[in-house]
Amino acid sequence: MNSAEPLPLVVIEPTRRAAALRLGELWAYRELLYFLVWRDVKVRYKQTALGAAWAILQPLMTAAVFTIFFGRLAGIASDGLPYPLFSYTGLLVWTFFSQGLSQSSNSVVGSAQLITKVYFPRLVIPIAAVLSGLVDLAVALPVLAAMMWYYGIWPGVAVLAMPFLALLALVAATGVGLWLSALNVEYRDVRYVVPFLVQLWLFVTPVIYPANILAPRLQRLGLPAWLWGVNPMAGVVEGFRWAVLDAPTSPGPLIAASTVTGLALLLSGAWYFRRVERSFADVV
Amino acid sequence: MTELAIRVQGLSKLYRIGERQRYKSLREIIMRTLAAPFRAGERHPPETIWALDDVSFEVMRGEVLGVIGRNGAGKSTLLKILSRITEPTRGRVEVYGRVGSLLEVGTGFHPELTGRENIYLNGAILGMKRAEIERKFDEIVAFAEVERFLDTPVKHFSTGMYLRLAFAVAAHLEPEILLVDEVLAVGDASFQKKCLGKMEQVGQEGRTVVFVSHSMSAVTRLCGRGLLLDAGRVMLDGLADQVAATYMRSDLGTTAARRWDDASKAPGDESVRLRAVRIRTREGTVTDVVDIDDPVAVEMEYDVLRPGEVLVPNLHFFNEEGTCVFVLHDSDPVWRRRGRPVGRYISKAWIPGNLLAEGTLVVGAAVSKHNPLVIHFFERDAVAFQVVDNSATVSARGDYAGFMPGLVRPLVPWETDFAPIGDPRGVAPEERGR
Repeated sequence: MNSAEPLPLVVIEPTRRAAALRLGELWAYRELLYFLVWRDVKVRYKQTALGAAWAILQPLMTAAVFTIFFGRLAGIASDGLPYPLFSYTGLLVWTFFSQGLSQSSNSVVGSAQLITKVYFPRLVIPIAAVLSGLVDLAVALPVLAAMMWYYGIWPGVAVLAMPFLALLALVAATGVGLWLSALNVEYRDVRYVVPFLVQLWLFVTPVIYPANILAPRLQRLGLPAWLWGVNPMAGVVEGFRWAVLDAPTSPGPLIAASTVTGLALLLSGAWYFRRVERSFADVV
Repeated sequence: MTELAIRVQGLSKLYRIGERQRYKSLREIIMRTLAAPFRAGERHPPETIWALDDVSFEVMRGEVLGVIGRNGAGKSTLLKILSRITEPTRGRVEVYGRVGSLLEVGTGFHPELTGRENIYLNGAILGMKRAEIERKFDEIVAFAEVERFLDTPVKHFSTGMYLRLAFAVAAHLEPEILLVDEVLAVGDASFQKKCLGKMEQVGQEGRTVVFVSHSMSAVTRLCGRGLLLDAGRVMLDGLADQVAATYMRSDLGTTAARRWDDASKAPGDESVRLRAVRIRTREGTVTDVVDIDDPVAVEMEYDVLRPGEVLVPNLHFFNEEGTCVFVLHDSDPVWRRRGRPVGRYISKAWIPGNLLAEGTLVVGAAVSKHNPLVIHFFERDAVAFQVVDNSATVSARGDYAGFMPGLVRPLVPWETDFAPIGDPRGVAPEERGR
């Protein structure tokens, strides 16, 4: 062993001040992140009988049910777009978000075995849980393309915003996921609250209905229309529909508000996670 | 090369234990907050324990350090802190070099994935880069001897194959500093031999190794230096052979002695408290192995706290299956039916040689009052010891080398009468008429 090159020094001490984010370390462990995502996806696809088909069927069947009950029977407007396409597009990106929440909320507790035996930056765990949903999203996109071709609706130049919106969805899901996974370690009943939270969140987000039905209500209360964008997924879903389906909305302010909230969730989630991370191995 | 690899200074770790649950629920927090005004003054300070207490030592590059001590001494906590899995409460550690931790074999293995997939996954979890795993892939498979099962899901592996594969991946970690926690304790004899061999190789390659184990033979074979921990403190730091020998000789490493230092937590009540139980040979040494033909003493140390108590110490002996072999009551005339003055007593029961059967004996210690019966304490699994019968001793075995059943194995005198055939004297009286 050559003693010429200096070896990395690590100092282990009780953390006194707020823990730094240590993004450099996260980058150094990117391969582990990749393997954890790969593991989650592989296991998920091996275990369900339908495998990859489930990633397509879930949003598709939900869209079908929504079309019947909300589109036809309740007659909810859909920005001039055919309701099935309207709901499916929103559901695609919504499913990614809700899956991300459910998977990440129990991710740290579920990895108790790993956490108590191996060192790696714990942030990797909830991030991997959310990222694995991206694969499902990618698998379901061709179906969206097929539906668009069927209805003869083509995207305009706004489609260039799609990657940004997907990124925003990722940011929002990760932010909430970090909060939930960290809280769940200390308060174990958090994971039972999550399905309920996701359900409520779905109704609060303009997935079933377009955002512009809320605008008149908000105006009457003297509030700006973009206030609804405080829900980060509102901007994502509306924006996604605008980008991909060329919906006649101009969700700019909404998206801006959602970006702000999304980033706030991410940064605060990362802060809280890092703060309680040091006691994970002792409590989990 | 005498460069520093690890420096530990004043390391301490505090854990909270006790009735307080390790995790809470939101519901509890809410209820407690609502009920708080009504429950002022009911706060219980959480019970704490120092798993590590001011531990300091240094490990030089290339040294193999063995960390020994009984269960609860803090060995695993020390490794966890060095592996950065948990944070110290006080103190400081400096680690020079990359660390590979082997705290468990098969960490992260997923039963649904194949052998091949798990090699990549486990390797990544342990800190190997993908390129490194690919480079060593064939070596790992050869070491584990699982070539034919690479594409089978691991859930179909036998335990032996699973362990071999898990260890194979871990064994090919090449960090500058390796931390190993009793991984050798699992698996069958051939697996353990393989592990020991690999560990020896790693030590010879000049890596720094910190090795926690209960196996004195492994420690003396692999390690140059030893560190003895007890109740979170460093008891001894020196040559591995010497530290291991000290540990064996003391009553720290054996099941044959048990002490209760804290009188308030010791078994017993206001009349009597148990302080220690020990197994001793004829020479007085504390031991957990006795020869079948040697007498063995079981000694009970207890405090009598109230004057005038008439007490009967008794010892209960159980075999490995939990069957009671016999019970001893102290009916020695010295204290029988006499009230005892307050003080510390040591009562010793001598079991003669060639009475006990081979195997492990678990001893329960109790002190009671008879007529009416009051049991002041009964410490069920106080100590344990082994009775061995090797061919050199004179025992009831004789020349028989097989399994001999029985709860006891007394050596008793036999009488045999003999007369050669044809001699009327030798014929039994009932048969003489024929």
